Formats: sequence, structure tokens, C-alpha cells
Amino acid sequence: MSTPDLEARAVVKRFAGHTAVDALSFSVARGSFFSILGPSGCGKTTLLRMIAGFIAPDEGDILIGGNSMAGIAPNRRPVNMVFQQLALFPMMSVGENVAFGLARRGVPKAERVKKSAAMLERVGLAGAGHKAVDQLSGGQRQRVAIARSLVLEPTLLLLDEPLGALDLKLREHMKIELKQLQAAFGTTFVYITHDQSEALVLSDHVGVMNRGRFEQLGTPQELYYSPATPFVAGFVGANNKIPGRAQRVDGGIVRLGTDQGWVVHAAARGAVAAGAAVEAFVRPEAATLARAVEELPPGQPHYAGVVESLLFDGANSAVLLREAASRFEFRIALPQTGRFADLKVGETVHFGFDPQRAVCFPAPGDARA
Amino acid sequence: MLGLLLAPALVWLLALIILPHVDLALLSLRERVAPDEFKLSLAQYRTFFAEPLYWQIFVRTAVMSAISTLLTLLIAFPIAWTIAKLLRGRASALLLVVCLIPFWVSETVRTLGWMILLRESGVLPGLLVRLGLTDVPVELLYRDATILVGLVYTSLLFMVVPLVSSLESLDNSLIEAAYDLGAGGLTVLRKIVIPHAAPGITAGCIVVFMMTLGNYLTPNLLGGKNSQWFTEQIYNQFITRFNWEQGAAFGFLLLVLSTTMVWAGLRLTGQRFGEVMRRS
Repeated sequence: MSTPDLEARAVVKRFAGHTAVDALSFSVARGSFFSILGPSGCGKTTLLRMIAGFIAPDEGDILIGGNSMAGIAPNRRPVNMVFQQLALFPMMSVGENVAFGLARRGVPKAERVKKSAAMLERVGLAGAGHKAVDQLSGGQRQRVAIARSLVLEPTLLLLDEPLGALDLKLREHMKIELKQLQAAFGTTFVYITHDQSEALVLSDHVGVMNRGRFEQLGTPQELYYSPATPFVAGFVGANNKIPGRAQRVDGGIVRLGTDQGWVVHAAARGAVAAGAAVEAFVRPEAATLARAVEELPPGQPHYAGVVESLLFDGANSAVLLREAASRFEFRIALPQTGRFADLKVGETVHFGFDPQRAVCFPAPGDARA
Repeated sequence: MLGLLLAPALVWLLALIILPHVDLALLSLRERVAPDEFKLSLAQYRTFFAEPLYWQIFVRTAVMSAISTLLTLLIAFPIAWTIAKLLRGRASALLLVVCLIPFWVSETVRTLGWMILLRESGVLPGLLVRLGLTDVPVELLYRDATILVGLVYTSLLFMVVPLVSSLESLDNSLIEAAYDLGAGGLTVLRKIVIPHAAPGITAGCIVVFMMTLGNYLTPNLLGGKNSQWFTEQIYNQFITRFNWEQGAAFGFLLLVLSTTMVWAGLRLTGQRFGEVMRRS
């Protein structure tokens, strides 16, 4: 296996009494798209800035291309960064912006102009070299920022929540563009975001970060279908969280009851003991909805519910219902066939889910979750 | 309605600026031929160009003002950078107040303070003798360097303020991006910081230059008879020699010089006056 492009070994960073990054170790393979996903304040920006070289870790080491980066300044690292606010230089033209890094390396002017024009064409901005930065739209500026970094052919490209400032349609469009750019250039991308949809769509591997630690590291599919901790289950994708107490554990299936008296079954993850406090998670699309009990798959526990509100979102429509006896709020994704398009608020329906597709964790002891 | 709102400004402009200038202009264009008898002539201006002393002092004043402006810029830039970028919150405000404190006392008192420090029987020469660097107290006043020190000290705040305002608007991520792309400290300064701060630098330089050129007190007190500052010549004509015509001519020449040098400076650095005033 070739040397990973990025490797972190037990990296720690503390700020005034609180630990922003807590003994993180991970590696990123060459040519892959790695995302760090986490809520605000989890330490991902601190981690990125340590990789870029703007902050030095208190403990541990960061290796890029197999070489330790300890004590190496940001302008000497084979890393380039696309900043959250893009940081394009307003006092230079677009072409000069893209050629800036080349000029620092002493590349002669004619070659600089050629390379910068070629790169602009590759990102779809052919001939824009002479324009001023403020003449471009948000998406175009985004592409200039990426071009400016990629023209230097870095080992690693860091992206700090680059799509945050864009509107929805443009963001969706740029997600696809970024994925295609990464595949075309083959550069290793390290992408940080708090938007789990971006992380899932773009990445080969994702690290879910919370309070300075990785809760889980894996492919988007692993994170979605096999979350390792309650935090990951709740953070990645929509999920119904059912807190309760385990009544019985039998062959890997936990029978748990909520405070309001609703009893469900879910597959156990981790050490779940009878009588312990637990949290179960069921994905909205894992549950089946039916008007009559007979329509539900046989052999599964089923429940009755009253429709509380209909959340129409085109193909992502969902229904919020309350379980009949316990009044526990549950969300179910509506099938895309439009079969339940005529559902009314207040209607009684039946639903159920396969316990194997639900996960149940021991409830987190401290406030972490 | 608009006329009513503009009236105070117009009255001020007319009465306190335009009319006195017109009056002085007329004064400078006449020559006394007999008691109480004047005729229109350019004699006053001719005297200026004919007598070497006057235009040599003129040139000297311009050169020293330019040097003083440059020195003020070189000293004020690190201070402004520290206030705007390196310090946060209270420390930053504190340093700005420290720059401001000397201006709580009048220019006269400030300049006299320098005289106490630098005169032969003053603090600094005494210190030099105590340290063994000189045998007897040296007279540090009445030199060109002394005048420069006084001028820079007096102008510092007027350079720091526009610079701080300019530098504060510089986004830190631009500097980080430049480092990330391989630039060193000097390149960042040359290619990012100075172009961004250019309006502030220009505004500061214009203000400081104009103030220094027209400064009477500081060169006079610190330079004494050696000061050879053009404002002193104007004073002499008006007050010592009662030659108001000559004094008025000198005054206008100084105005022309000031305007020309500012215009030349703006052209040289590729700035435009309106742009500078708007962005600083």
C-alpha cells in the first residue's frame, strides 16, 4: 500500500483550558476525497488549520506525503487551502490571482500566463483572466479559488466549508463539480463541513467529529447504515431517536420501552444490558406505512399512529405521526410513488419496521451525544 | 430648501476662505510706489525669484517636509500594524490612546518639552555625559535633525489614524491565503498589505505633508535662527518688516508649492484624490 498523502498521529491542541482536538489519529489515502464532518465548535477548523500550518499542534505529528510537517511554515508545505470566504485578492485580476502561487515559485511570466489560462479553462472560466474579482458571481469565484490552489499541483487540497455561502441550487451544482474536479485532477481533497449531505455525496471516506474526537471513520455507506455511536446515528441523515429502558435482550435484539410506555425492538450495538438506559434509532425510510394492518410486511411488530403533520418536499416528503397509545412522535418517509399523497392530518394509519434495520445503543453516560 | 441647508457652509466657505484668499491675492499683486500709493505689478513675485535666499529656503522647506513625511510613514506603519492586527481589544485601544496622549497638550508645550530634553543644559546631553559618550554637554537643538524629530513627533497621530483605519479593513484570510500560496513576509507586505492600505497611506501623507510645510512653531522653536523654514520668511515679511505685499506673495507661492507637490505625489503613485478621500 502506498504512503498515505496525509497522516495524523495523536494530534492534540488545547486552547485556554479546553481541548479542541483530542488525540486524533487518521490517515488519508492518495487521490481520495476525505471529509471531516461535525457540528460547529467540534474542532474541525482547528484540525484543518493545523494541517495547513497556521497553528502548531501541542502534541502529536502531522505527516504529508510521508514527511513530518513539524516546524514547517504554511508557505513551505505541499498543501494548499481554499478558504471559507475564498480570500481572493481584490487588488489583482482573476488571472493574477490564479498565477500568484506560480509567481512566488519564480515561474517566468509567459509560462505563468499560459498555465493560469489553461487552469481557468479547466474549471470552466475560459478567458476570464483579465476580469476583476468583484465582476464574478459566487460560483465563479469559488472556481477561481479552487483554480488558484490546484494550479500549484499540491499533494493535498484543503477545503474549509467552501459551499456555505452559496444558495441551494448553486450548492447542489458545485457539489457535483467538486466531485468531478477531484476525479479529474486526482489530487487528495480534505474537506470540512457541517452539512452531512455534502459529506455523504462527495467523499470516499468521512470522519465524524465531535468535541475534538472522531466518533466514527468510514465510508458514507458505513456511517449511514452502521453508525457506531448515538451521535453519528443522530447527526448523519434524518433519524428517529427513541430513548428508553431495555427490558430484555434476546439474540442481539433489544426490547425497550419508552417513558410513555411504547415498546419497540431494535438490534443491539455495543454492550446493552437489561434494565439499562438506551437510545434506539430508526431511519424514516426504514419504516413502512399502511392504511390497513394487512398491507404491512408480516412478522414485524406494527403500531397504530395518528397523522400530525405532512411535510411535503417533493421526493423527500415525510409524515410526522404520533403513536396511538404513547403519543410518541415518529417520522416516516413517504414512498416516492405518491401513493400516500392524499393522506390527511388526523387520519389513523399503521406503521412498522424491521428490528434489524433499527439500532440501539447504551445511552451516553455523560452529556456527550 | 436646499439653499437654506447649504447656507452655513457657503457662508463659511465664502467669508473665511474665498474672500481672504482673494484679498491676499490682490495684495500680492501690488507694489508700493509712494506713501499710500500702490500700483498693480508682479514685483513681489519677481523679488522671490531674484533673491537666492528666498527660493533656496523654499526648496529646503519642501525637501525637509518630504523627508519628514517619509520618516513619519516609516515610523507610523509598524505602530498602525500593531494596533490594527497584532493586538486585540483593550491592548489595541490602549496603544492608540498612548499615541493620542501627547496631543492633549498644545503643540507649543510639546515643542517646549523637546527643548527641555535636548538643550545644552537639558536631560539628554546630561545623560550622554553621564554615560561617558561625550565630555561636555552637547547642544542638540538648532539642528536639522532636531527639527525633523519635532515634526515627526507632531505628525505621528495624523499618520497612524488613517493607516489603522485602512489596515483594519484588511481581511486576515487574505494574508493567510498569500502565505498558503508560498509568499514570504516581505512579499505579503509588498503585494497585499501595501496595495490594500494605499488609500490610507496616501491620505496620511497628504495631511502630514501639508501640515509640515505650513508649520511655523516647531521649526522655529527647535531650529531657532538655523531653521530656515519658509513660514518663518512669511512671518518676517508680515510682522517684522510690515511688508504685507511680499508676505502675501510668499503665502501664495507656498500654496502653489503644496498643491503641486501633492498633485505630483498622487500622479507618481497612481492614485486619484477623490478615490483616496473616499476610501481612507
